[in-house]
Amino acid sequence: MKPDPKTVLTGTHFLKGNDAVCEGAISAGCNFVAGYPITPSTDIIERISKRFPFTGGTFIQMEDELSSSIAVSGAVWGGAKAMTVTSGPGFSLMMENIGYAAMTETPCVFVDVQRGGPSTGLPTLPGQADMMQARWGSHGDYQIIALCPESPQECYDLTIKAFNLSEEYRVPVLLMTDECVGHMSERVVIPPADEIELSPRRYTTLPPSEFHLFRPGKDLVPDMIKAGDGYHVHVSGLTHDEHGRPVITPECQDALVRRLVNKIRQNEPKIRMVEEDIPDDSDVILVSYGISSRIVFLVRELARKEGIKAGIIRPIVVWPFPEEVFRKAAKKSRPFVVVEMNMGQIVYEVERCAAGQAKTYLVPHAGGTVHNPEDILKIIREAVK
Amino acid sequence: MSVAVSNPIPVNPVEKYLRMERIPHIWCPGCGIGTALNAFIRALDEAGFEPDKVCVVSGIGCTGRVAGYVNLDSFHTTHGRAIPFATGLKLANPELKIVVFSGDGDLIAIGGNHFIHAAQKNMDITVICVNNFNYAMTGGQYGPTTPISAQTSTAPWGSYQAPFNLPKLAESAGAVYVARWTTYHVRQMKKSILEALRKKGFSFVEIISQCPTLYGRRNKFRDGITHMEWFKEHSVIKDHPIPSDINLGFRTETIVGKFLDIERPTYLDAMNDRYQRIREEKGV
Amino acid sequence: MEKESTTKTPPKIKGEVFIKKERCKGCGFCIQFCPSKVLAFSKEFNEKGYHFPEAVNPDACIGCNLCGLYCPDFAIFSVREKKSK
Repeated sequence: MKPDPKTVLTGTHFLKGNDAVCEGAISAGCNFVAGYPITPSTDIIERISKRFPFTGGTFIQMEDELSSSIAVSGAVWGGAKAMTVTSGPGFSLMMENIGYAAMTETPCVFVDVQRGGPSTGLPTLPGQADMMQARWGSHGDYQIIALCPESPQECYDLTIKAFNLSEEYRVPVLLMTDECVGHMSERVVIPPADEIELSPRRYTTLPPSEFHLFRPGKDLVPDMIKAGDGYHVHVSGLTHDEHGRPVITPECQDALVRRLVNKIRQNEPKIRMVEEDIPDDSDVILVSYGISSRIVFLVRELARKEGIKAGIIRPIVVWPFPEEVFRKAAKKSRPFVVVEMNMGQIVYEVERCAAGQAKTYLVPHAGGTVHNPEDILKIIREAVK
Repeated sequence: MSVAVSNPIPVNPVEKYLRMERIPHIWCPGCGIGTALNAFIRALDEAGFEPDKVCVVSGIGCTGRVAGYVNLDSFHTTHGRAIPFATGLKLANPELKIVVFSGDGDLIAIGGNHFIHAAQKNMDITVICVNNFNYAMTGGQYGPTTPISAQTSTAPWGSYQAPFNLPKLAESAGAVYVARWTTYHVRQMKKSILEALRKKGFSFVEIISQCPTLYGRRNKFRDGITHMEWFKEHSVIKDHPIPSDINLGFRTETIVGKFLDIERPTYLDAMNDRYQRIREEKGV
Repeated sequence: MEKESTTKTPPKIKGEVFIKKERCKGCGFCIQFCPSKVLAFSKEFNEKGYHFPEAVNPDACIGCNLCGLYCPDFAIFSVREKKSK
């Protein structure tokens, strides 16, 4: 499936990461955005509101993030491709409805332009401290997909990817950018529409009499309908059976929750996107994602000048976590140095996968600016001692 | 004693709009939500909409279970968020007729902000609010509509906060159709729901209901009938009263009626109009 | 014709009430608000353990379906059939 060429701004542009998210969404066929202004994400809805009258989309500025995050689910069941964008405190408010989208298997995209927290924190400055919230923020067991772009180009590419993954797995996909990536301007190449591949919604071909709204098909993912097609479905956030009927029993809960989790876990190798460059003679493996990886690439060069050879792992899909990649890398017992703009989140995942086979070091940062390369080098020197 | 029951019993005409395999519903004996649902279904039948194009959206709570019983595309959303979900649904597919059916706690307390903003935008949805004066699903706590002096599980000495006047709230926020009835007024309730369904824009029907198990029990309405008889005796029908005159009190007169029926552009009409003008200006 | 009809007594409206007793939860709304006092609680219980309504005065039913409108459980309704006496 290809996007409508009239909506795709094919060409080479100088764009902010946030603008690239907007263009990525439009290229992906997004035609519904609900949002509430919050720094540093606001320029996404500003550009959306300007562009949508000409791309056939509907933008609505809601009264808060609670309503924005559920309006997205409503729009999807109405047949739209939908997204909401936010940051920090707004992301916290969206948690319950991310859980609803996961429970009702509603394909949609949430963008979190991360800023420093907690609370109001650093509205205009970056952070990467929402990564665990992205994974675990809503109550109960569920699994989402989260992507971390490191440049405006990746903001564009990964927004399309986010929409595609959400349709393939009927799951909310979280695009975890940050203030730095969102507000840096770089070259962004937007390909011709016929070179962009879009995943269509998994609409059922069965008639209403044979259709079950939550009966798993390929990859444990059920097929979908949209309201108004005559299927008379019931969609509920309550634990439900294959018909969508609420069934409040441990047995039904077990079947449903296991499938919600496994449809992502089992398909992790297919969902996986990792940039990996670990030469055989590496002394240390640097782990980073999003904006932090830009610093890590510089640090890698600085370390080489000191005679330390560093490999790189950069998860682009952070959730589900690419466990296999880290387990494999840990086998040679080279230490991991994790560079992230928080006081320790993804480092625990790395440590878990290393399982004692390789030491794991964190370069903590409370947010507000990127890491100082010297702080990372200090930990690298300690790690390779 | 003669018992005249035809055999076989013909099908109740409401059944085609219900998921009969889910009946009996969860509501207590004597509860008014079933009566409100009944009136809604009959209004829907009379309105003659294509059932495939009608959606019911509910939030959480006793009334929030309505979505699970209607044989339509139906959505049981998160607590308080039925209206913004309906907003997304409507904007994505404007040909759908969307009805939000939920309780007073869901729509007015946790969802109160969405209620006023959807009314302000004149979102083209019908909101049916069953007001039973308390949070029933969780055991009868006081809520945004509990009258002063009424007892609830969290106001054991009587409530002391002024309740919302929902028609006044809806009107001042921008609704184009506002009515209030009690569960005693079944025919009027059905007529108002029918008018609300046919109205373009944000239409609102408040249905004051007994809750014998939780609210009634604590406030000397021993069963559903007792409370309905009280509604019968103490309701006064007024058309277009002054909104501030229709406050609900504890064991005071209840003003019911159709309070508002006006015209103004819906959100979608206004948006499409604006988008169209801009596209023409830019020659797109 | 017109003259004739004015002299006649208006046709008595006759209705019929139908009860699905197994659905009833015994709230009694139909009995309480029936304008023709057609219904009363049965002495029997249904399988859920509720006393359901029965038509003790079926000839009085005018098929107004107020019982059907009040019933929260879709357990009763009435229909109107016009018969001249």
